[in-house]
Amino acid sequence: MTTATIEKPVNNGVNVDALLGAREALTKAPEAAQFKWRASVNWVNGTHSKSTVNGFYGLGAEQKHKSTFTFEADHPEVFASEDKGATPVELVLAGLASCLTAGVAAVAQLRGIQLRSVTATLEAGMDIRGILGADSDVRNGFDGVKVIYKIDADASPDDIKALVAQSQKRSAVYDIFTNPTNVTVEVQ
Amino acid sequence: MRTTAVVIGAGQSGLAASWWLSQRCIDHVVLERGEVANTWKRERWDSLRLLTPNWQSRLPGYSYQGNDPDGFRTMPETIAFIEGYAKAIAAPVQTRTAVVTVRRGSDGYEVETDRGLWQADTVIIATGAFNLPQIPAVAHAVPAGIATLAASAYRNPEQLDPGGVMVVGASATGAQLADEIRRSGRAVTLAVGEHVRVPRIYRGRDIQWWMDATGLLDEPYDAIDDIVRARNVASLQLAGYPDRRDVDLNALTAIGVKLVGRLAGINAEGKAQFSGSLRNVCALADLKMHRLLDAIDTWATERGLNTELAAPYRYEPTQIEAAPPLLLDLNRGSIKTIVWATGFRPDYSWLQIPVLDAKGNIRHDGGVVTESPGLYVMGLPFLRRRKSSLIDGAGDDARDITAHLAEYLGAKAPADRNVERSAAGA
Repeated sequence: MTTATIEKPVNNGVNVDALLGAREALTKAPEAAQFKWRASVNWVNGTHSKSTVNGFYGLGAEQKHKSTFTFEADHPEVFASEDKGATPVELVLAGLASCLTAGVAAVAQLRGIQLRSVTATLEAGMDIRGILGADSDVRNGFDGVKVIYKIDADASPDDIKALVAQSQKRSAVYDIFTNPTNVTVEVQ
Repeated sequence: MRTTAVVIGAGQSGLAASWWLSQRCIDHVVLERGEVANTWKRERWDSLRLLTPNWQSRLPGYSYQGNDPDGFRTMPETIAFIEGYAKAIAAPVQTRTAVVTVRRGSDGYEVETDRGLWQADTVIIATGAFNLPQIPAVAHAVPAGIATLAASAYRNPEQLDPGGVMVVGASATGAQLADEIRRSGRAVTLAVGEHVRVPRIYRGRDIQWWMDATGLLDEPYDAIDDIVRARNVASLQLAGYPDRRDVDLNALTAIGVKLVGRLAGINAEGKAQFSGSLRNVCALADLKMHRLLDAIDTWATERGLNTELAAPYRYEPTQIEAAPPLLLDLNRGSIKTIVWATGFRPDYSWLQIPVLDAKGNIRHDGGVVTESPGLYVMGLPFLRRRKSSLIDGAGDDARDITAHLAEYLGAKAPADRNVERSAAGA
């Protein structure tokens, strides 16, 4: 459902034509749609580690980012750590935030909605007795995630809500959060 | 045996096609594996009523004549209606004739049945979209001791264990089964994925009246942005109960149905895992329903109908508990039965013409199977218009498809047909 009239072109910096073209092409060639995402990690010291991402596989070939991205992770001082980076669970929250926000921009572009500003705050509860092994009935992970968006855009409040809902529907990280995933960890 | 057109299936679509073929003087036969309206007879539950009001079942040359136009037909009434149509139009139906294969022949098509071979210039597949239950892969992981059945095998609550029931899927079928099974006194857990929420009655009129009057049901397939998505939209969360009650999630919660997210898996310990997306699928459904009601209100205002209608109103958002459960231990005995209300798919195992896509659906352009000239399909969701899979949609689709078929025959061999005609006249 298009909300804005086509008086002035909407530009959220998303190349919707390319995305729609890719969807069409990949529907006909599902093998090219098979991607492999990768990360590697080096332990530094204590709870401090450095992860890097660069290569991934997709469109039938090895691909590379324009540069290697590094993520430092550690635990805060209240955990008796040196706090040299975000905690891994915060990186995961950042991943959810970025994924949903990219989706908001893409869906807005597709629906002809000009965005002026998009901010979100995320909060996830956790009972750390789980990771400490203090109570086996407490799960290790989040007991829930709350995301609050503030969006300024040329659209009605319901159309903005629909943007955010559609973004969740199409988000990889939202899916990873909300549905189980098999994880296989091996030692070589 | 040779004929010009073979129609496979004597439901509303096949019979409407037959009516139009007769109008166009095209020689044909309608092959039916069982009896007229077979799926309605054998594969639906006892209390099911049509989700469209009586007045809305308009077939070419036939419509509702009773005194309850706003009521909803029971299954026996639906069967009688379709049988009555077959008789009224004297459709050339050959019952108890199962199609074994359809293939291309040296001249047109060969339709092999368990009662002989038919050769035809054209074939219309009118076997429907709801032949086989679509059961999710996770069904294999259900622990022993829990009975599972597809909605097509469900008849009534009495066939179920008195214990708890998990209904998987909350579209028209799942919502109605959750309602009926809960009212039988059983504890019901309903696993809810994407769904389409609509009220039965809005501003005093049935939702189907609105969708018909506003032209929504007539929207053509080639005017839709994303027809693939439109063809896969879940069925409306509706029931055809005499009291016209809603079966949306708030109504189900009110009678004690427990809502959980989409069934995402069953782990090695036999715990069912539910998606954490319940809140969002409900938000999507609420927003979409309100867009529909907005469009209805705009239409009513433009037509000047506001004085004769109840005032516009909006429904409570779908109520979800603060933290819906994500796990349910299936070994603890709280669930005795799982009912799969996860949709149906067509069965084309007999079709030996390479026109199926990777998902087993026929590739077609508004029912015209362009890759195999002379082959047509009917009765699928949004085949040519939004109402294509309704009884009320069969007539318009049959008119269009038989028009294409007649043109195809004319282009194929005009000379032959003239010879046949003059021979017949001599």
